[in-house]
Amino acid sequence: MLMLSRTAAALYWLGRYVERADFQARLIEATVRLDALSARPAGEAAWRSALSVSYTEEAFEATGQEMTQANVVRFLTLDEDNPGSIVRCLDMARNNAKAVRTALTRESWTAINRAWLLFHNRRNPGGPTAVLNMVESVKAETRGFEGAVRRMMHNEATWLIQLGAAIERADNTARLLDVKYHLLLPEGEVVGGTMDRDQWTTILQTVSAVTAYRWLYSEGLSSANVIDLLISRFELPRSLAACVDEVVTLLSQLARRTGLQGEADRMARARLMRIQKTRTSDIIVAGLHEYLGAFIKENALLDSAIARQFRFI
Amino acid sequence: MAAAKAFDEIWGHGGPDAPRAEFAALAEWIASTPPEELARRQQSAEATFRQLGITFAVYGESEAAERIIPFDIVPRVFLPGEWKRLSEGLVQRVDAINAFLEDIYSGDQRIVKEGIIPPELIYLNEQFRPEVNGIRPPHGIWAHICGIDLVRTGPDDFFVLEDNARTPSGVSYMLENREAMIRLCPELFREFRVAAVDSYSDLLLETMRSVTPGPGKSRPVCVVLTPGHFNSAYYEHSFLADSMGIELVEAADLVVDDDIVWMQTIAGRVQVDVIYRRIDDDFLDPLTFRPDSLLGVPGLISAYRAGNVAIINAPGNGIADDKAIYSYMPEIVRFYSGGEAKLPNVETYRCREPDALQYTLDNLDQLVVKLVDGSGGYGMLVGPTATKEMIEAFRAALIAEPHRYIAQPTLALSTVPTMSEKGVAPRHVDFRPFVLTGSHGVQVVPGGLTRVALREGSLVVNSSQGGGTKDSFVLMEDVPQGQSQGDGGMQQTQVGS
Repeated sequence: MLMLSRTAAALYWLGRYVERADFQARLIEATVRLDALSARPAGEAAWRSALSVSYTEEAFEATGQEMTQANVVRFLTLDEDNPGSIVRCLDMARNNAKAVRTALTRESWTAINRAWLLFHNRRNPGGPTAVLNMVESVKAETRGFEGAVRRMMHNEATWLIQLGAAIERADNTARLLDVKYHLLLPEGEVVGGTMDRDQWTTILQTVSAVTAYRWLYSEGLSSANVIDLLISRFELPRSLAACVDEVVTLLSQLARRTGLQGEADRMARARLMRIQKTRTSDIIVAGLHEYLGAFIKENALLDSAIARQFRFI
Repeated sequence: MAAAKAFDEIWGHGGPDAPRAEFAALAEWIASTPPEELARRQQSAEATFRQLGITFAVYGESEAAERIIPFDIVPRVFLPGEWKRLSEGLVQRVDAINAFLEDIYSGDQRIVKEGIIPPELIYLNEQFRPEVNGIRPPHGIWAHICGIDLVRTGPDDFFVLEDNARTPSGVSYMLENREAMIRLCPELFREFRVAAVDSYSDLLLETMRSVTPGPGKSRPVCVVLTPGHFNSAYYEHSFLADSMGIELVEAADLVVDDDIVWMQTIAGRVQVDVIYRRIDDDFLDPLTFRPDSLLGVPGLISAYRAGNVAIINAPGNGIADDKAIYSYMPEIVRFYSGGEAKLPNVETYRCREPDALQYTLDNLDQLVVKLVDGSGGYGMLVGPTATKEMIEAFRAALIAEPHRYIAQPTLALSTVPTMSEKGVAPRHVDFRPFVLTGSHGVQVVPGGLTRVALREGSLVVNSSQGGGTKDSFVLMEDVPQGQSQGDGGMQQTQVGS
């Protein structure tokens, strides 16, 4: 049976929104830690950067609220008016899931429905401990969903969800690195100069890569290594290289099964070849910000190509 | 009022200590299972329903409009003999409904010409659809899926309260309630031989395939058409599509081109042969019905008229389940089957007739008054429990537009033991079995949807008015050991041509 175009679009966006909710949770978790644990409390700057990573700095300022942890956390987690809040992401994910219930297994549907039930009526995220508990349970719920999706039939429904997630994840990692890198590089500093240990640890925490870093690099924390890990290491599931690779794999699985192949495949393969040849040191020399900006733009173009290729309506 | 002397289907007239002989074991189960345990199982079932999202939306409630229908853990049980008589009556009635629709829309209107039904009741009825007049649906079947609402007043006294020949809902509750009961009360299934209901989806798919238009396609494309996921019965739409393994489509997924219906897939267009639509006629095709509808598929009726697609149930069926026509059902059954209706109607006063109107006005506090085109328990007066103001409001409405109303006596509806705040107590119920008609014949699935009025004494079972549901067991005849279990109460007959 051929999949409806509307179903394909909803599955893809389901994957994107669940991934986005998960990333928001990780970002909040890492920022709470940064704010609370670092020797030099980062305070407002930490929260400003969290907003900036999720493209919501202006939206937050428009609310007229003071930039405190409590306000920003509530904005990023439970604010119904912030389209990027965790609650709204889960809401959108569930709407998409509901529209394509027949393409999901009961387990996948109940996983997303349960996540939504847990958070949609919450009004106040509470203090730091409560916030950490909450993001922990968001992560557990999204993991549960991913697990349920992996146990679905290995067909286009699963691959489209995973494709949406991979595109979203690539975007998230690139933005995280871009924003943090800007903040971390005080005026007049060059890459490789003095750096804020806690800030770099925050990046690693956000992508669950603290331990991975220790495994892969023996020489201790260095900004060049963190950049290398997050861009070029295929072993790290959230690195750009891993996301780019996953997109190619998923598109070719979809092509084999549906016979649909085209511009999206070509763009994805070209991007993979480029990232395989790119050395981290070259990126740093040429300008990390420029590199990440181009990556984010290309990722968005690939997203549109996917929508055309699968006739999303 | 009625509650005190109502017949209880398990306890009879004797109360918990003197149940009907056939139900001694079930009464014992009710008495010996602690109420806390029953409540715990019931909560567990409801938690599952919520997690699965088996919810419905209440129209007019803006806030958080997703609710679950309360589930009651004590089952309702039909004996094999009771079920056999019921299904015979159901098959006869649904056969008559199909024959009636055929006669009205694509036949000679014999029933009108022979003076059985006044012509204005059909041709001036809003439910009569001139837009589909003259179209004969594929294989001549109109009402593929019927939900016949029944009430009961005694061991052998069943009455049809209402026919649903358009898009009857509720079958997902029949199936999900059974799932919950098997999980929560396995001991009951060891004790009783309960006919399985889970073949419903297969039978429905068979029914859909059997009415594929044109010469035998080996793999007809069947779809369920839903208004979308904000509709109150969306769960059921997705459940049915899912359990049949067919696509759940919205109008936006379909296009009609040169009288062929196509669905838009990732690989382009695919022709659709059979549509089980869960959209009312009004919203089916803006070119034919309401032009302001955004839900519909432009050109669908034209494709249907060209014989290129089967629509389940056929457009125009409202004329068969309209409450004004309902009162003629005994005559309709007699006219087409040649025999008396095995399932009687509830006595009905047609307020359009002056004598009936006078009787209704004189006895408003004793009667149930209904709008002929109302549903869901809206626009209804239950005389014995109504306030003076409500009665006077209905009196004025009846005098102004008598033709819009029918009246029926308040029946002493049967009760079934049900969980309440004060332990297990009798509560009034009704019953909706589902009857499928394909080109192979008519089938009644051994089960159905039992709705229960959870408030003490209440007769209103609609979910939008606080009603709940129960599982409905149909017991199978005892078979000697070693013999196959068969399919229990399934009835099958050939459709008359």
